[in-house]
Amino acid sequence: MAQAQLPVSSELPQASGHHPTAWKWYDYFTFNVDHKLIGIQYLVFSFVFYLVGGLMAVVMRTELYTPDADVIDPNLYNALLTNHGTIMIFGWIVPAAIGGFGNFLVPLMIGARDMAFPRLNALAFWMLPPAGLLLVGSFFFGGAQAGWTSYPPLSLITANTAQSMWCLSIILAGTSSILGSVNFVVTMVKMRVPSMAWDQMPLFCWAMMATSVLALLSTPVLAIGLTLLFFDINFGTSFFKPDAGGNVIIYQHLFWFYSHPAVYLMILPIFGIMSEVIPVHARKPIFGYKAIVGSSMVICLIGLFVWVHHMFTSGTPPWMRMFFTVSTLIVAVPTGVKIFSWTATLWGGKIRYTSAMLFAIGLLIMFVVGGLSGVTLGTAPVDIHMHDTYYVVAHFHYVLFGGSVFGLYAGIYHWFPKMTGKMLNEPLGKVHFLLTLIGANITFLPMHVLGTQGMPRRVAMYDPQFTHINQICTIGAFVLAFSVIPFLVNVVWSWGWGEKASGNPWRALTLEWTTASPPIIENWHRLPVLTQGPYDYGFNGHEEAEITSSHF
Amino acid sequence: MKQLPASIWTLTVGIVVTLIAFWAGGHNGLFPEQASAQAPLVDNFFNLMFMIAVALFLLVAGTIIFFMIQFRQRPGDEGDGVPLEGDFALEAYWTLIPAVIVIVLGIYSVEVFTEMGGFAPGGGGGNHLFMSHHSHHKMKTQLVSDTDAPDASMTEEFNAEYGFGGTDQADVTVTVTGMQYAWIFNYPEQNVTAGELHIPVDKTVQLNIKAADVIHSFWVPQFRLKQDAIPGHNTELRFTATKVGDYPVVCAELCGGYHGAMRTRVYVHTQTEYDQWLAENQFAQNPDLSGAVAVHAEE
Repeated sequence: MAQAQLPVSSELPQASGHHPTAWKWYDYFTFNVDHKLIGIQYLVFSFVFYLVGGLMAVVMRTELYTPDADVIDPNLYNALLTNHGTIMIFGWIVPAAIGGFGNFLVPLMIGARDMAFPRLNALAFWMLPPAGLLLVGSFFFGGAQAGWTSYPPLSLITANTAQSMWCLSIILAGTSSILGSVNFVVTMVKMRVPSMAWDQMPLFCWAMMATSVLALLSTPVLAIGLTLLFFDINFGTSFFKPDAGGNVIIYQHLFWFYSHPAVYLMILPIFGIMSEVIPVHARKPIFGYKAIVGSSMVICLIGLFVWVHHMFTSGTPPWMRMFFTVSTLIVAVPTGVKIFSWTATLWGGKIRYTSAMLFAIGLLIMFVVGGLSGVTLGTAPVDIHMHDTYYVVAHFHYVLFGGSVFGLYAGIYHWFPKMTGKMLNEPLGKVHFLLTLIGANITFLPMHVLGTQGMPRRVAMYDPQFTHINQICTIGAFVLAFSVIPFLVNVVWSWGWGEKASGNPWRALTLEWTTASPPIIENWHRLPVLTQGPYDYGFNGHEEAEITSSHF
Repeated sequence: MKQLPASIWTLTVGIVVTLIAFWAGGHNGLFPEQASAQAPLVDNFFNLMFMIAVALFLLVAGTIIFFMIQFRQRPGDEGDGVPLEGDFALEAYWTLIPAVIVIVLGIYSVEVFTEMGGFAPGGGGGNHLFMSHHSHHKMKTQLVSDTDAPDASMTEEFNAEYGFGGTDQADVTVTVTGMQYAWIFNYPEQNVTAGELHIPVDKTVQLNIKAADVIHSFWVPQFRLKQDAIPGHNTELRFTATKVGDYPVVCAELCGGYHGAMRTRVYVHTQTEYDQWLAENQFAQNPDLSGAVAVHAEE
């Protein structure tokens, strides 16, 4: 592993005159191997898909303003719901959280010059644009209509070409995620700056470690399931065809063995972001470092043993329903540990009301709602009533919108100065936060009631008794769509003309703040030496990290 | 903060939170009316969880907001907070308390599940674990019926693998078939087929559920029960309706373009009304059957 030897030489191999100090705009569209550039590629790519997926959601909510399917064709509605879910998961949250923040931050946080396998890293990113094009392109072939779960036999009999494109797209995205995960694990194991012990590694890196392990264990199973589905559609096999001896339940097991852990793939890096943002803006050491590391690992482990709770109403023998009820409930314990730790971190702090902090606190409160409704869904008796209803839709939007999107925004507000060298506009950020918080709650809170009262999910037409609540949700969705505008304006304007950021505008202690903003191409002229822990706020003599690169 | 006011504060907050949580647990009004024997079990369990959830939410969100205000940065203060990295006792508490809560919920969940009949799928005593000699026979007949007669209409031949069942004979057995985009209800003993489900009140009803094309999911919100109809697998649902009236039957599993329109109703009758309905339909659908006339005449 020649590349893994990189940190041994702490001096930059060549004189910096050989290297450009900043990127040109066209570098962002090339097969560049720099981890920071790849991170930004991931973030921008995924945000574009966030807008695409969001647009789909707005069209669907418009359709649901009235009980009848009078705006769009029901088949198109199903194509939209399938692709909305798929894009938001595989095109937005996973690439943004793991690919975007993971790539940008992990080497910087552990004092490495790049990822262990830079070319593999670029390859992993460049698998995503074709995956995205396959998804969007599938609309020209009717669009995959079987939901993001794509259960056979429905996925075998509707829109075969589009469904095949969907399968290939997810397999590509999954492969990309496997390659990325290998890279993260090797980078963190082999390339930490020599002075950094495991228990001095920033919590974001620990979260990425848990995420990568989980992705490596679960993603291949999804690839198997989708490959078999692809074979059934195109090559006449009958793995999942019930009338030819296939078993539709096996697909559900294969699918959820990945797709439940996928929830943790999305949320663990966000937990990592939270553990970085909160201490800095509260000026406090993180409360219970070891507990947070441990809970990430426990979530990673238990996360692999809860998938059947998605199948309580389908082919699940009673003992399984009970085993998976209990294992699902247990996940609440390590998750609770994290929430309590972040809350305790606030105690005795000097909390800055920055946009990053507001989004982090917003996430905490939204995620508590999503987590608590998750406990009710985790028990088989209640899930049997709630499964496949809007209660579930409400629950996972609280977790994935409240718990992931808020966290991504918190991360962007926090690290934007580091990534671009420019500060984001704070008042605009606060407007963005308020609109997002209000919009998300108007949209998703009433959905709990829709679900318990009897409205199933994934329907283009519904019983007229649910009209009023649906109208509230739709209005919320418009507010939510509108909330993106101040953010977009802020990013574009600030990137171009914003206030210049210093190397360490938040006076943070993790290593990424010890280099220039934006960081130079191999991160540091001379690798930093750890003189304190990542969260030693308030200890005497441990003020903010010095900018070592300027002392070169 | 001084010791005395702090404890009074804690006490007051504790009482208020408890009161709100109790009230919310009993008055959330989230569910439609209860129309099956299983519904109160589910609702009571949910309400308990809802109560705990409301209490936890108020405590956590309240603490966060209180800390946000109490520990905000004062103007001109650029310093750091208290260098406090952890507290083992506190961490042990908030690991133990949720652990105890979820263990209690887990046990309660098993109990509710047992009471609902969740441990006995297999249809009228056909549980693999307890009645293996029966199920061998049934598996054989099921194989035959699967290949020969797609509408395996006799109760004895239906060996459900999944669902909610019971070990004794049900009062009414109905074969339910889900297809794009309708539910077909067949009463095998009376040879009646209908597009809505008609059942007598306060009797155990067993639904033997099949799917003709793709996966569907049979759901009656007022019964709090749901079971997927899975192509290639037999499933069942056993329940007792407790309230006369009619309730929606909803398909809960995405089954195609008009999935949202796959709705019908379940009519819960008094025994007399039910017998009448059955007889009329039996006669209407099989006018040459002498048995149908006989049933009608017995009333």
